[in-house]
Amino acid sequence: MNFVAPDFMPVLPELFVLTMACLILVVDVFLEQRQRHISYALAQLTLLGAALLMLLSFSRAPVVTMFGHYIKDAMGDLLKFCICLASAAVFLYSRDYLRQRDLFKGEYFVLGLFGVLGMMVMVSAHSLLSVYLGLELLSLSLYALVAVDRDSPVASEAAMKYFVLGSLASGMLLYGISMIYGATGSVDLQVVADAVAKQGAATNLVLVFGLVFLVVGLAFKLGAVPFHMWLPDIYQGAPTSVTLYIGSAPKLAAFALVMRILVDGLGSLQGDWQQMLIILSVLSMALGNLVAIAQSNIKRMLAYSTISHVGFLLLGILAGTPEGYSASMFYAIIYVLMAIGAFGVVILLSRAGFEAENIDDFKGLNDRNPWLAFVMMVVMMSMAGIPFMAGFYAKWVVLQAVVSIGLVWLALVGVLFSVIGAFYYLRVVKCIYFDKSEQSEAIEMSGDVQIVISANGLLLILLGVYPTALMTWCATALLN
Amino acid sequence: MLSELPLLSLVIWFPILGGIAVLFVGDDNPGRAKWLALTVAILSFLISLPLYSAFDTTTAAMQFQEFMPWIPAFNANYHLGVDGFSMPLILLTAFMTVLVVIAGWEVIQYRVAQYMAAFLIMEGLMIGVFAALDALLFYVFFEAMLIPMFLIIGIWGGPRRVYATLKFFLYTFFGSVFMLIALIYMYNQANSFEILDFHKLPLSITEQTWIFFAFLLGFSVKVPMWPVHTWLPDAHVEAPTGGSVILAAITLKIGGYGFLRFTLPITPDASAMLDWLIITLSLVAVIYIGFVALVQQDMKKLIAYSSIAHMGFVTLGFFIVFGLYRHTGNLNGAAMGVEGGMVQMVSHGFISGALFLCVGVLYDRMHSRQINDYGGVVNTMPVFAAFMVLFGMANAGLPGTSGFVGEFMVILSSFKAGFWLAFLASFTLILGAAYTLWLVKRVIFGDIGNSHVAELEDVNCREIIMLSLLAAAVLLLGLWPDPLTSVMHATVDNLLQHITVTKL
Repeated sequence: MNFVAPDFMPVLPELFVLTMACLILVVDVFLEQRQRHISYALAQLTLLGAALLMLLSFSRAPVVTMFGHYIKDAMGDLLKFCICLASAAVFLYSRDYLRQRDLFKGEYFVLGLFGVLGMMVMVSAHSLLSVYLGLELLSLSLYALVAVDRDSPVASEAAMKYFVLGSLASGMLLYGISMIYGATGSVDLQVVADAVAKQGAATNLVLVFGLVFLVVGLAFKLGAVPFHMWLPDIYQGAPTSVTLYIGSAPKLAAFALVMRILVDGLGSLQGDWQQMLIILSVLSMALGNLVAIAQSNIKRMLAYSTISHVGFLLLGILAGTPEGYSASMFYAIIYVLMAIGAFGVVILLSRAGFEAENIDDFKGLNDRNPWLAFVMMVVMMSMAGIPFMAGFYAKWVVLQAVVSIGLVWLALVGVLFSVIGAFYYLRVVKCIYFDKSEQSEAIEMSGDVQIVISANGLLLILLGVYPTALMTWCATALLN
Repeated sequence: MLSELPLLSLVIWFPILGGIAVLFVGDDNPGRAKWLALTVAILSFLISLPLYSAFDTTTAAMQFQEFMPWIPAFNANYHLGVDGFSMPLILLTAFMTVLVVIAGWEVIQYRVAQYMAAFLIMEGLMIGVFAALDALLFYVFFEAMLIPMFLIIGIWGGPRRVYATLKFFLYTFFGSVFMLIALIYMYNQANSFEILDFHKLPLSITEQTWIFFAFLLGFSVKVPMWPVHTWLPDAHVEAPTGGSVILAAITLKIGGYGFLRFTLPITPDASAMLDWLIITLSLVAVIYIGFVALVQQDMKKLIAYSSIAHMGFVTLGFFIVFGLYRHTGNLNGAAMGVEGGMVQMVSHGFISGALFLCVGVLYDRMHSRQINDYGGVVNTMPVFAAFMVLFGMANAGLPGTSGFVGEFMVILSSFKAGFWLAFLASFTLILGAAYTLWLVKRVIFGDIGNSHVAELEDVNCREIIMLSLLAAAVLLLGLWPDPLTSVMHATVDNLLQHITVTKL
């Protein structure tokens, strides 16, 4: 038996992140607390380096390696590139917050990097096994991250909840995978796809059952109703820096997960999963938007808003057309940009000993810091889907995808709930601009944070005026 | 030479960029911000003038066109152009913004730069709505307008401003999202977002009906038509003077413009089938809302209701065409209805703007809008009283003022469609006169009502400038409407030719 070494070039960015994460783990042991910024700098270097590697090795044609378990294609490259940049922004926004709370430790960055690695594996998985591997690597890092502030009972409770429910979902997914394996005889997505295409769903009950379990697992990871229960509690309970992390890049990975399993693997069952996704999507949009109205905690409100955005995201996927997929991808990227901006502002408003958790904490922000107020308004309007903000185009392209396959009623449901959703975004804008401030401390930001949060807001406007570049990028990424 | 300049882009983006510049001057420098804002507003108005002077009145084709690919994947383009409907409204927008900047000069003390910037950005967006020939571009401008207005009412408004501004935003947003779905639907049929392609798109009567109602939701909220008008009185009462002026003078016109640009040409058969619905709603607005206006105690609310009644005339004028065509079998006189509606829109822009400015002048001095708090203002503010009486007369539709021209044209054309229609429509002459003159009587004439009124000072130079500009416009349009109507003839004829040909 000969061992043939696989081609390692396509996985170079992943190897780089893995090596660096291990390196930081070791280096961090020898650092004193006041030198901790070295770990931080190394972590940033890793992410930016990985992003650069991705940019240099952009794929034209897909390459499969690691004995069929791994694929490097244009969609994966674009998503991984965004994941790295998003996580870099997350680390930057979290830095001062962590420092003020004595959480500025190497573990945060190492776990964060392992999470990024997990996401990259998910994005590029070409077999059900590597999908699961990446997912678990991400999830385990997240469970630990939520509990990183171990003295906080709320955070520990959230972590516990997340762990139990997350494991349940992983179990579902694994069960589904085993059924698919039983029905098709392989975990390789290409083989699965061919086998499924040959058999068809109607003839094979095991296949349909497997699909149902897979969809349940995916819905849990995405946070789609009715598998959303964990999301608000975790968002609220976790330290804001971790909420920021969970709320951003993992959504891109979750999107990729759905694409890999449902579209690449089980594409011929589109008729079956379309029905399921329609239900998930409508419920998510309805519950997310309605319940968000009742929240007074901004993190919890944003959690419900996430749920509703997941509903919109699913609209594009369930359309089952290349346009729909690229629409969803566009939506996911724009959503991450908005989520980072929103949680970023929340984190910047928090100070030592003070958590800006309530919507009321935003009162009079315009008087305290007009620029930050403006950025938050842009993010909120973008989430509401008002034009000249990128969020509008995200909504528009997914609606377009749904209308083009004749599901006009679904588009109507979507816009109806987005009107309802506009209310709670406007309420934040109302607090920022119309109310008087209860506190007058100026908001301190270091220069690099200021630049990145400004870029974040301006990017939303820029993509709102001229979305073509990113849209084309998404479209070409999915055509390959 | 003029035709080579991207005039429309300039008129749209110059005020927006100017507004951003004003923002950067900052609230710490109110004086400089104000002067910069005024300069930008005046320059934008001057830039918009060549649109009129170089306008070719003989053609119905779009003029001053600009075309650039925008989102090629969806065949959406940055396509601008104006015809006889949009050009006058663009000029009106640029003109009113100058007045609004002047009106806010001394009154606004809080965050002056943001206030001025919001109006300048608003101006650019509104002009964008009128100039867009691409449906997606239109929608983007149409929705983006909500943000500055939301902030204007919410930051500088009255005590119940939060309620009013949220209501305004959500109402309008609700109306327009259905329009978005209709636009997307038509894109899937036509594979293009060009409004002119939509005009030619063949649609079955069922499709037309759905699309008609989607547009109706979007535009009737904006106009506003009864029964979706309830946001307007709230928004007007709470908005600062400038906000009320822009709302009444321009944003309401966007609803009317939408009917001309979208509903009539895209869904002519559904419009012909459902014209009774619009006509009924318009008559309800004219008569019922006229009575509602009569009993108002708050001056701004009264003018707000009067706006709804006057806008009822606009929609009546637009949709009378079908009845007239059925009744007489030819299009003679139909043009009068549409043109009357257009004249009414422009004239109402001037008059309602002027009346809101008048209320603003009083409110700045007395901090009350209640009619009962006034009385005998003419004794202390004779110059102001003259203006107020003039605008009141114009609102009542006195011949010689612009208010008369539009109403007269619409009533004349409803006569051809049916006697009872005209009979009901002419109620406006009685009701309009009743509520306006009664308002003027209670506020302006009589003995001095109380000690506060006795201490009032007459209008200052700044106020005289803005009021006399409007007075000139009202009288000019009333005595000599031809400069306005002549630019629309070709466009109106073209529209009428288009909508009498069935799309089925």
